[in-house]
Amino acid sequence: MKNRFEKFFVTSVLVVGGFLVSIPFIWMILSSFKSEREARTMPPTFWPQEFTFEHYINLFQNLNFGTYFMNTMIIVLFAMLGLLFNTMAGYGFAKFKFKGREVVFLCVLATMMIPAQVSMIPVYLLLNQMGLTNTMAGIILPGLIAAFNIFLIRQFMTTIPNDLIESARIDGAKEFRIFFQIIIPLSKPIIAVQAILTFVGAWNSFLWPLIVANDQALYTLSVGLALLQGQHSSSFALQMAGATVMVLPVLFLFLFVQRYIVEGFNTTGIK
Amino acid sequence: MNHKNALTPWLFIGPAVLLLIAFSLLPILVSLLISFTDMNLIGLRNWDVISFVGFENFIALFQDSLFHRSIVNTLVYVSIGVPLVIVCSLSVALLLNYMTNKLFTFFRVLFYVPSITNIVAIAVVWGFLYNMDVGLFNFILNSLGLGKVPWLEHPFIAKISLIILAVWKGIGINMLIYLAALQSIPRSYYEAADMDGANKFQKLRYITIPSLSYATFFVTVTTLIGWLQFFEEPFVMTGGGPLDGTMSMALFIYESGFQYNDFGYAAAASLILFVFIIVATLIQFTFNKSKEN
Repeated sequence: MKNRFEKFFVTSVLVVGGFLVSIPFIWMILSSFKSEREARTMPPTFWPQEFTFEHYINLFQNLNFGTYFMNTMIIVLFAMLGLLFNTMAGYGFAKFKFKGREVVFLCVLATMMIPAQVSMIPVYLLLNQMGLTNTMAGIILPGLIAAFNIFLIRQFMTTIPNDLIESARIDGAKEFRIFFQIIIPLSKPIIAVQAILTFVGAWNSFLWPLIVANDQALYTLSVGLALLQGQHSSSFALQMAGATVMVLPVLFLFLFVQRYIVEGFNTTGIK
Repeated sequence: MNHKNALTPWLFIGPAVLLLIAFSLLPILVSLLISFTDMNLIGLRNWDVISFVGFENFIALFQDSLFHRSIVNTLVYVSIGVPLVIVCSLSVALLLNYMTNKLFTFFRVLFYVPSITNIVAIAVVWGFLYNMDVGLFNFILNSLGLGKVPWLEHPFIAKISLIILAVWKGIGINMLIYLAALQSIPRSYYEAADMDGANKFQKLRYITIPSLSYATFFVTVTTLIGWLQFFEEPFVMTGGGPLDGTMSMALFIYESGFQYNDFGYAAAASLILFVFIIVATLIQFTFNKSKEN
């Protein structure tokens, strides 16, 4: 039985908890509009006394954030190509019987266990051997495939009826036409979720670009922000502006699509 | 299914499998190989100077006090952080599952957002909040008449500070998994319990928690694996300091490999971390099996 006291209690706990959780974001955004002096005054002001955009202008005019932004977008774009490969592989494992399928699939799953730190040194050495260190290709290639995505997509695709594919084949459709015109539209819920998570992952990519890129022209936003933090360690308002540039796009994206993510978790079978 | 060409499935899985072999499976073998060598920056350019050193890297690691510190710190992160994340995300999920309306949807977004935002940005923001002199946290403590806390300046407190940040970030994704699991518990269980006159805590203890055991298992394994690789927080906020108090195994590997260019040594350390992860995962699986039986 839900009584009014209980409802009031649960809601208040969530309001207090929600406020505590959002303090870092509130403080980040407010501080990014303060002057450097004001961001450091004690006691701190809550609302910026003089609203200023100077830090944002500074980031894009003097600190190369425009370049970092473009690089990040390139990585996001290619991550979507990776998602296409993952989706194809998920379909392949779900809907074809072939020799060695189980073994290959097990190998795919096994790669989920490998920590980033174990593969990063040999992958760096391999890319170095291929002459791809300090190139965009070197940043992009190792991150294209994620075994976890393949696994979830495969789980979803097994629920698509075989008869549907079979009758398309009888009608003479080619395999890739079946994939793009029947399978992908049917898999919208899972692909939507994966696309969002892939975007977020690529947008946030940090460790690998940090290792492979020596040239500032190849830095991503996160690497640029870490650099900013090292070089302008006392410019808090500037750092907060940089952090806001990184956080706000994802925050807005998520506000619009959060419904699909929650639904997606219900369809992906992690229950 | 019938398809005429045996090549067709490979057209679909080919690109993914090739990339996985190149960047996931092959590297494991390479890692194993170079962990027995003295591979460094010079060896990268000229393979002739690389020599096979047997177990030397591993022996040196067992004697390296910084590596010991990194193991102890990582175990502290895991043993405090993992239970905290699980308890917090379960509590939030239970609260959010209480009602469904616009306000609760908004809270769901609020608690999820930290887990998808960029870790570097988060570390930068928390670094500001934790600042000893101009940070918000010390200002609040000061206003309450309490003294300053050296959030990132004391070896042990710095570890706790990083854990607080990582728990804040870790709640979201696990909360969603718990929410999905909570919504799949059949209502009839609770109705039956109501007829038997069970109170709220009995329902939580005997229906809800047991029904969530698979979700808890999934959350524990993934969180444990994630926390054993604790890296970005100390990397951006403390650089492993003060006095190596926040140095984690992952940060140790990164530093030996890419700052001191000691690839063989770093590869050996990474394999030890890999063993930790496998052992932790296996313990989880055995524990889960014995519970099921």
